[in-house]
Amino acid sequence: MEDKNKNRVPLGQKPHIVEKPKDPSAIGGSITVEINEKKVTVPMGTTILEACRENQIHIPTLCYHDDLCFAGVCRLCVVEVEGMPTLAASCSYPITAPIKIKTSTPKVRRARKHVIDLMLSEHYGECYSCIRNNNCELQALAKEYGVTDYTFGHIEKKRYEIDDSSFSIIRDLDKCVLCKRCVRTCIDLQEVGVLEAIGRGHETHIGTFLDKQLADVICINCGQCINRCPTGALHEKEITQDIWSAIDDPTKHVVIQTAPSPRAAIGEEFGLEPGHSMTFKMNTALKRIGFDAVFDTNFTADLTIIEEGTELLLRLYKALVNKDESVKLPQFTSCSPGWVKYLEHFYPEYVGHLSSAKSPQQMFGALLKTYYAKKLKLDPSKIVSCAVMPCSAKKFECNRPEMNDSGYQDVDYGLTTRELAKMIKEAGIHLPEMPDSHFDNPFGDASGAGLIFGVTGGVMEAAIRSVIEFITGDKAEEVFDGMNVMPVRGFEGIKYAEIKIDHVGPVPDLIKHLVPNWDWVKGATLKVAVVHGTANAKKVMDDIKAGGKFSQCHFIEFMACPGGCLGGGGQPIPTNEEIRKKRAEAIYAEDAGLELRKSHENPHIIQTYKEFLTDGPCGHTAHKLLHTHYTVRGKYIA
Amino acid sequence: MMENKIERKGQVLFSGYKYGEGIKKALKLSREDILFELKESKLRGRGGAGFPTSTKWMLTAATIDPDKYLICNADEGEPGTFKDRVLLLEYPAMVFDGMVIGAYTIGAKFGIVYLRGEYKYMLPDLEAHLEKMRKDNYLGEKILGKDGFDFDIEIRLGSGAYVCGEETALIESLEGSRGEARNRPPFPVNRGYMGKPSSVNNVETFANIPFIVLKGGKWYNKLGTEKSTGTKLFSVSGDCEKPGVYELPWGTKVSELLEIVGAKNTKAVQVGGASGICIPKSQFDRMLAYEDLATGGSVKIFNENRNMLEVLKNFMEFFVEESCGQCVPCRIGNVKLLEGTKMLLKGEFTFEYINKLKELGRTMKIASKCGLGQSSPNPFLSILENFKDEVFNQGWRNNGR
Amino acid sequence: MLISEKQALTERVGMLVQKYGNSRSALIPILQDIQHNFKYITDFEQQEVARLLDIHPVEVYSVISFYSFLSSKQRGKNIVRLCQSISCELEGKEKVAKAIERELGIKFGETTKDKKFTLEYTNCMGMCDQSPAMMVNEKVYSKLTPEKAVQILKEVK
Ligand SMILES: Cc1cc2nc3c(=O)[nH]c(=O)nc-3n(C[C@H](O)[C@H](O)[C@H](O)COP(=O)(O)O)c2cc1C
Ligand code: SF4
Ligand code: SF4
Ligand code: SF4
Ligand code: SF4
Ligand code: FES
Ligand code: FES
Repeated sequence: MEDKNKNRVPLGQKPHIVEKPKDPSAIGGSITVEINEKKVTVPMGTTILEACRENQIHIPTLCYHDDLCFAGVCRLCVVEVEGMPTLAASCSYPITAPIKIKTSTPKVRRARKHVIDLMLSEHYGECYSCIRNNNCELQALAKEYGVTDYTFGHIEKKRYEIDDSSFSIIRDLDKCVLCKRCVRTCIDLQEVGVLEAIGRGHETHIGTFLDKQLADVICINCGQCINRCPTGALHEKEITQDIWSAIDDPTKHVVIQTAPSPRAAIGEEFGLEPGHSMTFKMNTALKRIGFDAVFDTNFTADLTIIEEGTELLLRLYKALVNKDESVKLPQFTSCSPGWVKYLEHFYPEYVGHLSSAKSPQQMFGALLKTYYAKKLKLDPSKIVSCAVMPCSAKKFECNRPEMNDSGYQDVDYGLTTRELAKMIKEAGIHLPEMPDSHFDNPFGDASGAGLIFGVTGGVMEAAIRSVIEFITGDKAEEVFDGMNVMPVRGFEGIKYAEIKIDHVGPVPDLIKHLVPNWDWVKGATLKVAVVHGTANAKKVMDDIKAGGKFSQCHFIEFMACPGGCLGGGGQPIPTNEEIRKKRAEAIYAEDAGLELRKSHENPHIIQTYKEFLTDGPCGHTAHKLLHTHYTVRGKYIA
Repeated sequence: MMENKIERKGQVLFSGYKYGEGIKKALKLSREDILFELKESKLRGRGGAGFPTSTKWMLTAATIDPDKYLICNADEGEPGTFKDRVLLLEYPAMVFDGMVIGAYTIGAKFGIVYLRGEYKYMLPDLEAHLEKMRKDNYLGEKILGKDGFDFDIEIRLGSGAYVCGEETALIESLEGSRGEARNRPPFPVNRGYMGKPSSVNNVETFANIPFIVLKGGKWYNKLGTEKSTGTKLFSVSGDCEKPGVYELPWGTKVSELLEIVGAKNTKAVQVGGASGICIPKSQFDRMLAYEDLATGGSVKIFNENRNMLEVLKNFMEFFVEESCGQCVPCRIGNVKLLEGTKMLLKGEFTFEYINKLKELGRTMKIASKCGLGQSSPNPFLSILENFKDEVFNQGWRNNGR
Repeated sequence: MLISEKQALTERVGMLVQKYGNSRSALIPILQDIQHNFKYITDFEQQEVARLLDIHPVEVYSVISFYSFLSSKQRGKNIVRLCQSISCELEGKEKVAKAIERELGIKFGETTKDKKFTLEYTNCMGMCDQSPAMMVNEKVYSKLTPEKAVQILKEVK
């Protein structure tokens, strides 16, 4: 990842860092300090906290987060530095002199206890009714410091109203400790700019523009703020109760589709180390909970590849052969609802560039209440369609008014990985103990191409695997070693790749009829880019606006969340780059182990086009059910 | 509507100064010479913290960045402090000349005066003075023909936030942000306004500079005490006959000052404004000096009729409102101290809890992020310590009434 | 808001940005200018300032909410700020406050119906040697008595 301190941070919290030397071994590049009477040598500019962590000294923190620039506002991480009259906040103290540090003196311990006591005195909320019970940093700190009573009293009245206006995110400021992690996330990491500290002194609170409700501002529902909130002040809008009721209702046929990322992370909710894939255990758990059928969203991810890939080829044909200037290129992916809303707000003049293909979640929804209902002779009004997603924005997406092409709300409930884990626990199931089971038919198991949608670069890789074969007739595994399209992998914020197409092979029947001939692709260079995190998206969009390198691209994958969906706002907490990398490894490993790794080879996809989407990709039925349109929103809200 | 026209006498600042003289002399000296004189003078910052000015300037001068800023802190927000008002209104030449000399010394190209919003009415006069300086080539390019010495001063206004007097909060405010103090290190002398080396100094500090340049560091350090050289402007208010600004040498005893300003029946003196400490009669022979009672200049006098808890309540309300609110000890701690004060007023307290609050106060002093939270417990701690009888027996007296 | 009004505001903000520059450090001077002339900064202006300085509207709102002398809610034509800090408190600020409240028929924190006056408390304004003190807009008045304060407000247009 890029240096987290280089982004456009909230100005009030610019990290006044001391740059670390490029070569710590050069003269003056390192410095020796004493921590608790032990000498350690660290690169210049290392913070005290970093130095302590490297030496197995635990220092409690709250406002510090691995992904974010530092703030130094909670004062929990204070330590004593010899010669300084006051304590130093270790998280934000860069070492530039041979100082002597003590991390656990009476003064230090007293200060930390006081900070916790003070926070608790204003903390309205009870742990046993709190969504973050057992996974709350404040609660853990209270335990760590042996808090047994409220030293400085306890607030007895709510100070703030709960903001539950958003489809995705709930804000309960009475549990907020003003660590400003959400502010740094929203402004710096995501560059959306919804949240800031409002007011001064004791009146300070986290608010939005004009203190409006979240639904009325430009929040893109990415939920990244939730993932970094140490307390229950921010959380997703829970819908598990509704799902339980549906399951308990015998007249309802309750189905669930599962996205690729939750399975790579849900193990963390059950105490496993990050990086365990739980796909088939999860299937069993879902069935035991009482879902009537369990499907793999990867199936519609495969479908997305066909539809979106076809759309791209059509756009290219119109632009390159027909010289149609109204064609919008580059084409942008549209499967990340956070990204879609970001574009609608910030670059509304570019919504035409979004692929009209729906996201896999919504495609599945549309198919379930049509194709599936018909096939199983079910009354679509009795189908309750659920989706477990790594994402809080998916909740917003399924509530978009345009997402009812089946005649009903296509997806009734989007639930997050965290909510599902809760349901599984509530059902008395310990996930890691489950036996394996497969996905249900008629959609069955899907391809590895659909699976890697969960990682940044995955959509692009899946598309490339198929498009290359479609056009050149060459096998993807022959073009790319192990079928791994390495240039689009990795956690770099913005990736760019070019693929030369030197010959045109036999184009498969599925798409062959779409254009009169395919020779025009010969000699073309496909230029693609992969972007994750909306802060990076902003950079690329500004480049496109200025007519830069990215405006020459043909296809760009955008994901709102850092790391892609596996870092989504509905995933287990905590998150940091290391955890996200482990989840990515789990996904790539699962893909590598699959037979079926290309979307267009998925037999159920072929079947679906044969049986239901009979006029082919981007055909009439596909258009009605699998494609959509977008809303120009703009930034002005008042 | 204001009455500043009080006859003033003093050994330095109120001894008379001719506009431009200090600059003329300074430009004949080398930067090292000026730093030497400054070091010799042992001048310490007049904004409250008392950091040696020569050290601050030397550190700024030593940075290699060609763009340096010299910032004059005219945010004077400490309740009970108004000496900078008098300096800026009546003696702007001393302050601005001091800035020009400072810029020459540290190699700053840009000068900024951060003037508190409450003093906006001074703006036309100050701007006029700067214009005059530009005309006389005391500002602008090649000042007084000195090659490579370009410097100008811009006045920026505050918007009503006490914490913006804290130097890093001030810089944040100048940069267009909320006035929230920064983490240190790095210090402003290395990375200040716009990330450039910046020296922030108080109005009165600057006003002293021309005199030191003109008369020498040796002359200056003879005034005052060993560790607190020179004179100090004291903003005297409260229960006395002649409130106002007085120039007195450091080391003056509180009792002497009370005599001069005509204070009678004095019960308590708050030294250093709301964030200072409150002393009782028994300590009136203490010295006003960095080594004893350090102060940015505020001396507030309370006579026998004043209720010290009411005074304390007013102070704590001030801090609850003026804390920037970013760090926990200060944002919530001050509220707890205010609550404690109210308990004492009502007589509904336990000693156990009050002792916990004192502990908390001591934590705030070392764990808060900036000087505001580090000093806001001072009045609480000192009034509870020095006025025990009054403070702890007041509640039942009030209730008994 | 009418489109023509919006255009006028956009133009005005544009001119301010030309005057003070489009860097972030120009934010507070721009807001002060608007505040000075119109006594508060409208929602629309906040968004325009944000757009032209390339920052987020919430950052503008956040800054306004931090400083006592900036306001995002409509204020009266004249803002009266009475000092509530220690000297003024001890020298009879309370009596002055009561007199002003009676005279204008509003409480501190409120604005008169005719939008002529807004009453606010403020902290020490550096006039402690001549307390109690108040500011009417940018002008400072000291050594107030209830009668004097009321008289001053009578003379304000
Ligand atoms: C809350 C707070 C308010 C302050 N207000 C002022 C002020 O109004 N004027 C001032 O000169 N220094 C003020 N200071 C001190 C400054 O941070 C800084 O130390 C000073 O401007 C340095 O100048 P000096 O070295 O000339 O004293 C304040 C400090 C704090 C913590
Ligand atoms: S936020 Fe944490 S401490 Fe607060 S109620 Fe929830 S679990 Fe408990
Ligand atoms: S969900 Fe995303 S856009 Fe919305 S407030 Fe949180 S971080 Fe900002
Ligand atoms: S909402 Fe959460 S992340 Fe944001 S400041 Fe409050 S506690 Fe911190
Ligand atoms: S001590 Fe107070 S004023 Fe200073 S940073 Fe902390 S909250 Fe802000
Ligand atoms: S973790 Fe260091 S101050 Fe919060
Ligand atoms: S206390 Fe009112 S002006 Fe200082």
